[in-house]
Amino acid sequence: MPEMNIVQAVNSALLEEMQRDDRVILLGEDIGKNGGVFRCTEGLFEEFGPDRVIDTPLAESGIIGASIGMAFYGLRPVPEIQFLDFIYPAFDQIVSEAAKFRYRSGGEYPCQITIRSPYGGGIKGGHYHSQSTETYFAHTPGLKVVIPSAPYDTKGLLLSSIRDPDPVLFLEPKRIYRAGREEVPEGEFTIPLGEAKVVREGADVSIFAYGAMISQCTGAAEQAEEVGISCEVVDLRTLVPLDIDAVLDSVRKTGRVVIVYEATKFLGYGAEIAAILAEKAIESLEAPILRVAGLDTPFPYTHENLYLPDAGRILDAVEKVYSF
Amino acid sequence: MTKLLRVVSPDGKYKEKDEPPLSEEELLKMYRYMMLTRALDTRGMALQRQGRIGFYVPSSGEEAVQIGSSFPLEPRDWIVPAYREQGAALLRGIPMAGIMAQLYGNEEDTAKGRQMPNHFTSRAAHFVPTSSPVGTQIPIAVGLGWAARIRGDNVVALGYFGDGATSQGDFHAAMNFAGLFQANTVFVCKNNQWAISVPFGNQTGTNEVAIKAQAYGFEGVRVDGNDVLAVYQASKEAIDKARFGGGPTLIEAVTYRMGPHTSSDDPTRYRDEAEVEKWRKKDPIVRFQRYLKEKGIWNEEMEVEIRQEAEAQVEEAVVRAEKRGLPSPATLFDDVYAEMPWHIKEAKEAFLEYLEKS
Ligand SMILES: Cc1ncc(C[n+]2csc(CCOP(=O)(O)OP(=O)(O)O)c2C)c(N)n1
Ligand SMILES: [Mg+2]
Repeated sequence: MPEMNIVQAVNSALLEEMQRDDRVILLGEDIGKNGGVFRCTEGLFEEFGPDRVIDTPLAESGIIGASIGMAFYGLRPVPEIQFLDFIYPAFDQIVSEAAKFRYRSGGEYPCQITIRSPYGGGIKGGHYHSQSTETYFAHTPGLKVVIPSAPYDTKGLLLSSIRDPDPVLFLEPKRIYRAGREEVPEGEFTIPLGEAKVVREGADVSIFAYGAMISQCTGAAEQAEEVGISCEVVDLRTLVPLDIDAVLDSVRKTGRVVIVYEATKFLGYGAEIAAILAEKAIESLEAPILRVAGLDTPFPYTHENLYLPDAGRILDAVEKVYSF
Repeated sequence: MTKLLRVVSPDGKYKEKDEPPLSEEELLKMYRYMMLTRALDTRGMALQRQGRIGFYVPSSGEEAVQIGSSFPLEPRDWIVPAYREQGAALLRGIPMAGIMAQLYGNEEDTAKGRQMPNHFTSRAAHFVPTSSPVGTQIPIAVGLGWAARIRGDNVVALGYFGDGATSQGDFHAAMNFAGLFQANTVFVCKNNQWAISVPFGNQTGTNEVAIKAQAYGFEGVRVDGNDVLAVYQASKEAIDKARFGGGPTLIEAVTYRMGPHTSSDDPTRYRDEAEVEKWRKKDPIVRFQRYLKEKGIWNEEMEVEIRQEAEAQVEEAVVRAEKRGLPSPATLFDDVYAEMPWHIKEAKEAFLEYLEKS
């Protein structure tokens, strides 16, 4: 089996799906000859030509709106938004249109598009190349939100997303695009949406996270182990729909919860998990639920490392809930 | 095609009747600022390559557009920039030390190290904070110019953007508002032929930008963006017109991005070196130098002096920036709101407590 990093896993998924299904087409800024600013579409323009790998004008609303129309016509567009921070000209097309077509047509106009976009901090990108604003989208009924944390999952989840009958926002943790390689199958292979993955089993504290935060969480879990705290790290992988069973199973086992995300803490995805646990698992909880998240400020440049959750801050929270 | 305005030909020749009425001193000031911008860009890229700053956006090749268009502005006017306007920032009076502090994101940066390099801002210089999203600044330039009109002030807002930005909805919304409300706004499109890897020919079905103004009911002009005097002339007319109630103008300055898009970009992946070479021969600084020589107000000695002076100014700012520390972490929580709400206060306390402990 070949070893791949996340960029290569994205590329491999796109290549194979385009070979398998000629309805799949890509649209985006700089994705053609340049292969994407992160090189996720490298070689695809040469392979499939300018009708299937389209360098668009600089207009996100155009990219997404046109993708929706193409989907109605029977194509399977996989548009790329260069950075999640630049998706807002298309916000209307995504939340008012793509997300609602199935519903407002009584099911007659499903909208099968998969929007890929790199998200998150850690690359010294300042306000607009760093944000983690998945919650705006997860808050919109009709839209699925998927965030992988490793190459293997990236490929399996991207293939499932492209084949999913609903619009999917597929967010790629750019900070770990090239962080490590692992074996990724070639050929037919999918991971179902809506299934979390326990990346590390533990008995004392459940840590829920996704994307680039997973490696920070496993790092914290290793350090916790040394002081005798056993952490379970659950990679949610799909934010919508959430794998509620995986979350409840883990909490029933540990009774203590830390939720980690790099978005702004206030009203971030962790707020929803905490609310769900308060509704469905209050009898299992043995400590307050803590969130370790980005600061409640815009994303900074010089001090991005202080803004972003790291293993130290996660460990601090783990110790707090453990010793409560 | 809208006629391309030009005052100085690439070899430095000109007709006296086309020359704008600028004094020798003013001409040399323009030249100095173009040289200063080039010196900053050369050093900025080097600093990034050496890992001393995190990122840089060079504007090489676009000095004539920046200096020519902002030169006629008065202090009460406004600039609403994109991220490639360091020359205009300098001319507006942001000191080199301030530019460098921003590039380093250090404690002397007036924006407290919050934005990535090249995102300059200055209230005093009426240089509106730079943003990365392409095109968002254009309606803001309209708002400034429109407000001036509503208040009856002879104040102008000048908005910069690239050729790529003309594809955004915000560009069209801005143009429509400006035309309808006759805002005191001048739009300067720096058509540098590329939007990262996308050539201008793949950006729009029209083969120029200027013509788009027609659809919004005002004038669009095309100017040789590597001819600082042509840019100055067109901008001066547009600025005067906007100032005295004549409404907006769209200026398309035809120029070239000689360097990479940013320090993260590798243009050899998507454009031919031959094309770059062709444009390098049209270098706006060289053209202006030839003109000044033709006029007899330039010589080798002066050239050396101007270059050394520019480099020294940059060097001095680098030395200063490297001596400064980072902004204090506590400042991260300032300026989110005028008054800090409880949840940010709590976050700040927890954050400082954690920093102390770790
Ligand atoms: C809304 C938005 N989409 C995408 C980007 C990424 N991006 C940054 S600059 C750029 C190209 C801009 O081209 P142009 O407007 O011609 O300006 P230039 O860089 O040539 O000065 C792109 C696509 C962005 N910053 N904002
Ligand atoms: Mg451009």
